Amino acid sequence: METLLLSRIQFAANISFHILFPTITIALGWVLLFFKLRYNRTGEERWMEAYRFWVKIFALSFAMGVVSGITMSFQFGTNWPGFMEKVGNIAGPLLAYEIMTAFFLEAVFLGIMLFGFSRVPNWLHTTATFLVAFGTMMSAFWIIVLNSWMHTPQGYEMIDGVAHATDWSAIIFNPSMPYRFAHMVLASFLTVSFLIAGVSAFRWLIGGRTEGVRVALKTAVFAAALLIPVQILVGDFHGLNTKEYQPAKVAAMEGNWETDTGVPLILFAIPDEEARENRFEIGIPKLASFILTHDWNGEVKGLNDFVTEDGEVLHPRVSPVFWSFRVMVGTGLLMLLVSWTASVMMLRKRRGVEGLPKPLMYVLVGMSFSGWLATLAGWYTTEIGRQPWLVQGVMTTKEAVADVPAPMVLSTLIAYLVVYALLLAAYIYVIFYLARKMSRGEEIGTRVAPSPAAQSRAVPAE
Amino acid sequence: MNTFGDPNIWLPFVFAGLMGVSILIYVVLDGFDLGVGVLFPFADDDEKDRMIASIGPFWDANETWLVLAVGLLLVAFPAAHGDILTALYLPVAIMLIGLILRGVAFEFRAKAPAPHKDLWNNAFFAGSLMTSLSQGFMLGMYIMGLEWTWAHAAFGMLTAVFLTVGYSFIGATWVIHKTDEHLQRKAVDWAKGGIWGLVLGIGAISLATPFVSERIFDKWFSYPSFVYLSPLPILSGVLVVWLWWMLRRMPFHGDRWSWLPFFAATSLWVMAFGGMAYSFYPYVVPEQLTIYEAASAPESLFIILIGTCIVLPTIMGYTILAYTIFRGKATELRYD
Repeated sequence: METLLLSRIQFAANISFHILFPTITIALGWVLLFFKLRYNRTGEERWMEAYRFWVKIFALSFAMGVVSGITMSFQFGTNWPGFMEKVGNIAGPLLAYEIMTAFFLEAVFLGIMLFGFSRVPNWLHTTATFLVAFGTMMSAFWIIVLNSWMHTPQGYEMIDGVAHATDWSAIIFNPSMPYRFAHMVLASFLTVSFLIAGVSAFRWLIGGRTEGVRVALKTAVFAAALLIPVQILVGDFHGLNTKEYQPAKVAAMEGNWETDTGVPLILFAIPDEEARENRFEIGIPKLASFILTHDWNGEVKGLNDFVTEDGEVLHPRVSPVFWSFRVMVGTGLLMLLVSWTASVMMLRKRRGVEGLPKPLMYVLVGMSFSGWLATLAGWYTTEIGRQPWLVQGVMTTKEAVADVPAPMVLSTLIAYLVVYALLLAAYIYVIFYLARKMSRGEEIGTRVAPSPAAQSRAVPAE
Repeated sequence: MNTFGDPNIWLPFVFAGLMGVSILIYVVLDGFDLGVGVLFPFADDDEKDRMIASIGPFWDANETWLVLAVGLLLVAFPAAHGDILTALYLPVAIMLIGLILRGVAFEFRAKAPAPHKDLWNNAFFAGSLMTSLSQGFMLGMYIMGLEWTWAHAAFGMLTAVFLTVGYSFIGATWVIHKTDEHLQRKAVDWAKGGIWGLVLGIGAISLATPFVSERIFDKWFSYPSFVYLSPLPILSGVLVVWLWWMLRRMPFHGDRWSWLPFFAATSLWVMAFGGMAYSFYPYVVPEQLTIYEAASAPESLFIILIGTCIVLPTIMGYTILAYTIFRGKATELRYD
């Protein structure tokens, strides 16, 4: 394989691994703040119990996010020097703001948030929790600004082949940014809702039926049920925005080769890139036209419009975009079904968590990481959908890649993949291990195993 | 001469300064926690826990200085970022995997089942070692002008070992400050065993740098700069002797002055770093690309600078706050 493809796979692997953890921390920070505020207000121990368990998952996710994020900032240079050379004047400040306003806010206050509860006044601990949540959100904001600018660039001029900023507010509030940001933040909240619901259901099933588990499960299921319709709506708006600015991407998502009116919504097909047509296509007549133009006979652009006279293909490969889009939508619909069913069962006769039948609990456990699946599929849709461009209409991915020998890229790629696979397994294992341990009623309050002396001191206090 | 009135001159200079300060803070702060990781095999289980506790609340923030330093290189000197990191492709990858391993081992060793703890302890050590060695190697290659020859790689190996020992030295001085009794005495021994790495490392770099480039040689050994610069090596020598004298007598009665070795080690770092910065200025890619040639457009740098002026003091402020809250001897870390 050549350097370009290997570098792309390597970057995709790194950023896929990285995004898993911010997806959790962005929303989990706010959920923790919610638990903390409820505790401050009611003084009920169950909120603090939920806080204490989930703050550990937060710490773990945060650490994974930090270390995989560092990898990203180096890879711009090691594999994609052309990117910063050409659009560095715009990407630079945005990345700088991401690092400055956010990373530090999170990392420094994290120490207080994690270990400071008994060391600092309660208000400072609550403030630290807020600042960590806020910092994580700002971090996401700046990086989404940059990413959105790469999809819908504006507010710049090209001088000697290098982009120079002319209007920062146009750059920051570029057309796709509000949609992408809302879509990502909601994705994060849904991911966290299903994670909390799944792990809490797991604890419930193995007998850890504490008040803390109960409130966490309830909060998570209701949050998911409320947010998923909003997410579907935002997703629809995002799609319309994409249709306006990146029609080739939408054509690939829909698997639509020819520009036409009354285009069907394709449920299943195997896109054939060589023959430039779909095989085994199953579709609902006119529905794609209706969704995209809100008119049953609206015109939708096809992929063939994005091939130049001399045969250069300016649209992405169809299958990955087509399929990841369907995985995302399918997962979203499943989330809708499960969260609404669970909510109805909990609300019925006000039975709460007791109202959830066992099979549904198992479904929730199975969907613990469904948010990851949907988020990754969504990112694959939008990022592969931008190809062959790196910055839409400004530079191609090929222009940016470093001239590193392919075998070197391959060797580092394999090393990263091995490390990531192991860490992912360890991460998931540890979450469920902590859940089991809590359910057995064991203390997991210490990060560092206490010395025998400390243990003997702790006993009389209990 | 009004060169510093020109944003094309003063902005790159300011950013080079900011980047230098970030790198310096990084090597001191992450230096000590990397060093603690490198010292792991010499400690027993209980001591490992206390060593981890001594760096627990800080390491996240320490590591972000690396992100800031590389981030500044990336955003302010994009061309140099590409040149340097492409040249150092392999050591960078090794460092990154090392950073990943140690970062997550930190969390996992405390949360994973007890039988797995040794595994994560080993991962923490291996990650710290990989990171230190590759940073040292990159330092050596950078000094040699980022050209891959056997001789340069050999020099890189040498600086890799020296920097790792240097980190373990500053790590040991941190442990002296943050612990007491048996572990503290052990850390004094580690520091005594590690000081040679610091001396040889700084010595090797100081000797090699002027001979790689005539320009740097002239900067140091021409009159009168030679005279102006002489306090740097002399002061460093005095500090080393003082450190050695101190370490032979530690711990002092009533644990007084336990922070002094760390302070002295930091001062030594600062001077060595200042010397290097003086040598390489104005180049960001040695002898190839100056900070002025590599800099982003002034209007972009200016935007970044505004943010930096707001954020940097804040960061400094709460870094101090965090170190104040978790001051004193390391106690067991609790999530409450």
